[in-house]
Amino acid sequence: MYMIESGNVAAATGVQLARTQVIAAYPITPQTPLTEKLSEFVESGVLDAQYIPVESEHSAMAVCIAASTAGARAFTATSANGLLYMHEQLHWAVGARLPLVMCVANRGVGAPWTVWNDQQDSMSQRDVGWIQLYANDHQQIIDTTIKAFRLAQTVSIPVMVCYDGYLLSHTYMPFDKPDQEKVDAFLPPFTPRHFLDPEDPGNFNTVTLPDIRPGVDGTIEPGYMEIRHNLHQELREAIEVYQEIDREYQEQFGRGGTPLVEEYRCDDADYVAVCIGSLSYQFRDVIDLMREKGAKVGVMGIQMYRPFPDQAIVAALADRKGVIVFEKALSYGNQGPLYGDIKSALYSCEKKPALSNYILGLGGREIKTSQLIDALTEACAGQAAEDAPRWIGLKL
Amino acid sequence: MDNKATILNLTEEEFVHPGNRACSGCGLSIVYRIGLKALGKNTVLVVPPSCLTVMQGLYPVASTKIPCVNVTFASTGAAASGVRGAMKALKKDGVNVVAWAGDGGTGDIGIQALSGACERGEDIIYICYDNEAYMNTGIQRSGTTPQGVLTTTTPIRGKLQEKKDIPAIIAAHGIGYVATASAAFPLDLYEKVKKATTLSGPRYIHVHTPCPPGWNFATRYTIKVGKLAVETGLFDLYEIEDGRLTLTGPSKRLLGKKRKPVKEYFDVQGRFKSLDPELVETLQGRIDAKWENYNDQQQQ
Repeated sequence: MYMIESGNVAAATGVQLARTQVIAAYPITPQTPLTEKLSEFVESGVLDAQYIPVESEHSAMAVCIAASTAGARAFTATSANGLLYMHEQLHWAVGARLPLVMCVANRGVGAPWTVWNDQQDSMSQRDVGWIQLYANDHQQIIDTTIKAFRLAQTVSIPVMVCYDGYLLSHTYMPFDKPDQEKVDAFLPPFTPRHFLDPEDPGNFNTVTLPDIRPGVDGTIEPGYMEIRHNLHQELREAIEVYQEIDREYQEQFGRGGTPLVEEYRCDDADYVAVCIGSLSYQFRDVIDLMREKGAKVGVMGIQMYRPFPDQAIVAALADRKGVIVFEKALSYGNQGPLYGDIKSALYSCEKKPALSNYILGLGGREIKTSQLIDALTEACAGQAAEDAPRWIGLKL
Repeated sequence: MDNKATILNLTEEEFVHPGNRACSGCGLSIVYRIGLKALGKNTVLVVPPSCLTVMQGLYPVASTKIPCVNVTFASTGAAASGVRGAMKALKKDGVNVVAWAGDGGTGDIGIQALSGACERGEDIIYICYDNEAYMNTGIQRSGTTPQGVLTTTTPIRGKLQEKKDIPAIIAAHGIGYVATASAAFPLDLYEKVKKATTLSGPRYIHVHTPCPPGWNFATRYTIKVGKLAVETGLFDLYEIEDGRLTLTGPSKRLLGKKRKPVKEYFDVQGRFKSLDPELVETLQGRIDAKWENYNDQQQQ
């Protein structure tokens, strides 16, 4: 069924179709309409779930952590400072290996206050161990949300579904709402092996020693480091798992096929622009315009940022003359986080593409097609190949 | 309660294994053992960082036969709400969802999440064991450390400020059941926890919990010290239901009677050794005024 709705409602609809059982959220712009929609779904009976209107984002994640530990499918959503306020809880959720899903409507972070879009919020959480998926339009928001629940419970690792605040969260686009029966077939109920059960009591997230240690029956159990190593290994395996899940989704629903990266006119491109989120779609106009003038350029959007799909990225970028990374986030005092990751992935290539990095759109600064053309043209001419990021659109 | 709890009719089933990691003379180990007996098997615990985290054992060994989720410091009230939310979503009835935290985890870093849970009317029992400082990290002052107490962050003059009244703050949320109890009066504690299990909505029990290393007294005096706190009228045992405070048991028996001077309580603990006589007098005065008020209310 086709709907014309906002990106936030696309996300809420995905959460509803996933038969989420416990929802906790604290309103923050631009996530708010998603929270409102979910409370409406629950209150009207469209979704049979518990909606817990918590007093903070820290508590929102606490509710999700505890509900998931007790065996329920749980969801929350946030933006910007709300996500940062959850930071401790994000680590906790992944360490506890809980299959949570959280939508992040990307927004710049304070100070100074901004409510407008960039991606500093989720990018600054890249090292917590959550899987990070980015959607580029409303259809991808609803599809990715449904796939995220399946991925999270397959690998027992929480998944963040990120989409640009306002640009996607508040704009209206048509998208297909999948049939409930098909979603039910694709996403089985959450049936954890271990949960808070008075019939089979366990102590979850106990203090764990540096070394391995025998249990009461003599079995040697892992120490903290083994547990963390397992997390890393299984995060790496999640790249393959998500590709399989996406293949299955494509078979069932006819959409997908670009779970890790999404390329546009990259086949014969000498220069490839790389970015995350809706910017990669805005860039398609840039590519078309430059192609008309004979430039062999393409754009690649990163759809899975953590775990980092380095093999797919190397395969896509290794033989290019140049790779130009455009980012709405910055590792302050260094360079764009995605740029650093791509440079690291390409280090092992024999023929290394020239690399350059642009920072743009922070705090909602408008990004003009002409600016992107100028930057890409400059980079193609070899004038921007240096580590220090160049800034697009600074006015003072 | 139809039957008064006595040492003879407490359930024999133990939910805390021996050999746990509590210190000798730990007041919490009494509160925990008796509290779990009152709660019974059909219980889920939510525990933030505290002495209890350590007492329960280090992975992969646990000393408690009740399922427990350890959560972050500031999140206890919310996490308990999440467990209850899951129980409702999964249509599992009859489970006691119990948050169990120290005074710092309750009244300082955890007060926001607890306040939120109370305001939402969450169907949870919250038990705070109050050992009057951050004991697990090594006896630093907390909002619930009494005035004049030496801690590792009030090392010379003792704490300058008064103890924060957490049960009163929780009662101000208008929840159905607030009670205080003491590790030194386990049967009174048992009856209150048992009563809480028969009620619904947010229920809060604040338990005065002597701590030998933190309060600086010999491990054999845990009960003696706890009793003195009540008998001097410093820490009162009561229940608040429908906004009405009723003294219970040992505190009720003090109504209209002469209480022991609070100096007796201070003198048996090293943590009060820097109290000057003037402050002792002030503190005694506050206790006397409080009890005058209790006695007046009783006559009404």
